[in-house]
Amino acid sequence: MKRTIAIVDYGVGNLKSVANALGYLGLDSAVTDDPVELERADAVILPGVGAFPDAADKLRRKGMDRALTAQAGRKPILGICLGMQLLFDRGEEIRDCEGLGLVSGRVERIQTDLKLPHIGWNSLSFPNPSPLFRGLDEGTYVYFVHSYRGVAARKEDVLAVTDYGTPVVAAVGRNGVYGCQFHPEKSGEAGLQILRNFGELRK
Amino acid sequence: MLAKRIIPCLDVRDGRVVKGVNFVNIRDAGDPVELAKYYSDQGADEIVFLDITATSDARDTVADVVERTAAQVFVPLTVGGGIRTLEDFRRLLRAGERFGSQCVVLAIDARKRPEGWYEVVTAGGRTPTGIDAIQWAKRGQELGAGEILLTSMDADGTRAGFDLEMTRAVTEAVSIPVIASGGCGSLEHFAEVFEATNCDAALAASLFHFGELTVPQVKDYLRSRNIPVR
Repeated sequence: MKRTIAIVDYGVGNLKSVANALGYLGLDSAVTDDPVELERADAVILPGVGAFPDAADKLRRKGMDRALTAQAGRKPILGICLGMQLLFDRGEEIRDCEGLGLVSGRVERIQTDLKLPHIGWNSLSFPNPSPLFRGLDEGTYVYFVHSYRGVAARKEDVLAVTDYGTPVVAAVGRNGVYGCQFHPEKSGEAGLQILRNFGELRK
Repeated sequence: MLAKRIIPCLDVRDGRVVKGVNFVNIRDAGDPVELAKYYSDQGADEIVFLDITATSDARDTVADVVERTAAQVFVPLTVGGGIRTLEDFRRLLRAGERFGSQCVVLAIDARKRPEGWYEVVTAGGRTPTGIDAIQWAKRGQELGAGEILLTSMDADGTRAGFDLEMTRAVTEAVSIPVIASGGCGSLEHFAEVFEATNCDAALAASLFHFGELTVPQVKDYLRSRNIPVR
């Protein structure tokens, strides 16, 4: 059987750059808005650019929320940027809104004296070890573009943190469900290594 | 800690890099895809493509350039220039969806007026608009711009250094990140703009294209001045 990473298409951008990076690494992917394809794939990436409530609505309209919940724990899932934020229980961007609830916690606007959006390359530290960051050193730079941050309810779910005048959760993980606030597909060699690691999580 | 970004800028016309390019180790220095890859491999934090195509018929070529670059260069790519009509803007946003646009960067070209204020200019500085650059930057932020690319028409091409005064004025007026552009001619100029203003990134074109400075040289120098870089 062909091994395929499903990239969830729910109308909110950056699909092509994720597919480009996977293709460069020799990993097959398929952009899809069909819940059945999520079942067939052996890993799932949930990208996302935009606002939380709009994205959550679009996921629900396509039935992708139930499909993702059904696949969680059965195959590796990676949320990127807004895709990571959607993994949490709730978001408060624009209005209070329900997320997928795959990682306990909520999403809030970053409280910082620095500029927002948080745009650019920032360095990671790893409070908990994870196979997602195998081969990466403490202090590795990755690329961020966001104004909201995830706040995890459980400390052990926080896999990477960055400092933006305040600690910002850079990655979470729980039971095979992972999320990166930064963009691995735009983070040069370090980002490619993370996507390669994700590909290797497949059974 | 957030790193200050160093951004090479490629002027693209009809699918080719224009402005003199003078490399020895690049097969075809006029190919924007190859140049973008070269800079990215050197550690450039982002690549800006400025579309200076004269006719709107050829406008899709820059989208094609970015699409081909995005297949092999995995740092942020920003496209700008040539946006004259709402239709141009729509077309660029649609193209952006194809390779994943993250945010809209507002590009402001401005020059100092004898009266002491900064005026937004268009058409490469030939057309004054009567618009105050500081007010325009604030308005752009209100309208949802995620970042400002600020080019000084006075400094552009002089190699005498960035327009520190204007860069400072704009960075102090807005709370979104600002990319300083125009006038960079030396390592010292990079350090200067980060030390004298609160800008987030510095952009340069011919300095890199002529091979006078490389991205690693700039970063090593900034590191020696305790300016955080990747």
